[in-house]
Amino acid sequence: MSNLIKFKIDNKECMAEKGTYIVDAARENGIYIPTLCNMPGVKPKGSCRVCTVKINGRLMTSCTTPVADGMEIESSAAEIQDIRKSIIELIFVSGNHFCPSCEKSGSCELQALGYLYQMMVPRFPYDFPLRKVDASSPKIIKDQNRCIQCKRCIKTIKDEQGRSLFAFRNRGHRIEVVLDKELGLMMTEEMADLAMKNCPVGSILKKEKGFDIAIGRRKYDHEPIGSTIKL
Amino acid sequence: MSKPVLATTSLAGCFGCHMSILDIDERILQLIELVEFNKSPVDDIKTFTKPVDIGIIEGGCCNSENVEVLRSFRKNCRILISLGECAIMGGLPALRNGIPIEECLHEAYIGGPTVQLNKSHILPNDDELPMLLDRVYPCHEIVKIDYFLPGCPPRADLIWEALVALITGDPMKLPYEVIKFD
Ligand code: SF4
Ligand code: SF4
Ligand code: FES
Repeated sequence: MSNLIKFKIDNKECMAEKGTYIVDAARENGIYIPTLCNMPGVKPKGSCRVCTVKINGRLMTSCTTPVADGMEIESSAAEIQDIRKSIIELIFVSGNHFCPSCEKSGSCELQALGYLYQMMVPRFPYDFPLRKVDASSPKIIKDQNRCIQCKRCIKTIKDEQGRSLFAFRNRGHRIEVVLDKELGLMMTEEMADLAMKNCPVGSILKKEKGFDIAIGRRKYDHEPIGSTIKL
Repeated sequence: MSKPVLATTSLAGCFGCHMSILDIDERILQLIELVEFNKSPVDDIKTFTKPVDIGIIEGGCCNSENVEVLRSFRKNCRILISLGECAIMGGLPALRNGIPIEECLHEAYIGGPTVQLNKSHILPNDDELPMLLDRVYPCHEIVKIDYFLPGCPPRADLIWEALVALITGDPMKLPYEVIKFD
């Protein structure tokens, strides 16, 4: 089609339809750019910065930037990898991530990125913030210790009228994503399943559901995140 | 050339990391060819008797004794390794971080649902007991740590690869599966 444009990622010739976001265009060309807040099919928000790439010497988020004809994108340079790693580390220290006791462990996207970048220890001091667990909903447990405020639940869990069941509360460093008290009561079984699935971390847990996948068979036990994309 | 000297200790940990050291299975025979053990629960040597090359720390610091032992390891060991989640980030003991110490003690010894026999409501207060710290500290917040091996427990293969690489100077082979946080 005439809408196809050419661009380069790490000097590799790529092609994609005009207007495609860089992460998606990269994926179509067999190149994995890590993401965390982004979800295929959902309008990008560019909040986590994990998908940072360099274009014309400038750092940009590849989930919010469309490819342009002749664009030259740097993604795998050591400097960019280290920026991504430092963002992952920041997210780890600014919450309370006790992976050994987390239900999502092994299938968590944040943890999987920690593995991908071989995070042995974050370079930043642990914050140990005081966060609450809200178990008042009949369907889910919302663990604020692990929420990375990616908004994926807000964007994808809605009632028939399009109202989000999850919402932001407070501002600044006290900001949190909570289940709306009233709308939350209308959460169906399916919505709860989807919310748990769409949350990249272990912040939304379905009630009355235990660890049901054996260690060794979980999503990222053997295959690094992104390995299904790479050619 | 004399063999490198190894020391290990468990601070606020569960001994799971030490179990994982034993999980190297028959390679333990190779290990005793490669290194000489000094202060460690493995050989039950209680005090440092010579300068140590590699010190392995399991567990973070939850009380004054942990801090003292960790500092003595730093003083006596050329290289220190934080082994496992508790040493690296406090681990499960650090779940108490953020909860005031009085509340923790009250829950554990007076008000908790499983407390039955403490009729006189005594909190442990013997002079012999180490003082609890206000929170659990990762080891690298107390002394300088040279290397970190994550996992709960760290995989035996990770421990083995890291030790062999340190001792022989060969590069480490780290397959994807050996770096895990659980
Ligand atoms: S949410 Fe992910 S990173 Fe956080 S504790 Fe759970 S498994 Fe670990
Ligand atoms: S609960 Fe999960 S999906 Fe929602 S904002 Fe937090 S991390 Fe993102
Ligand atoms: S994935 Fe692009 S900013 Fe989060």
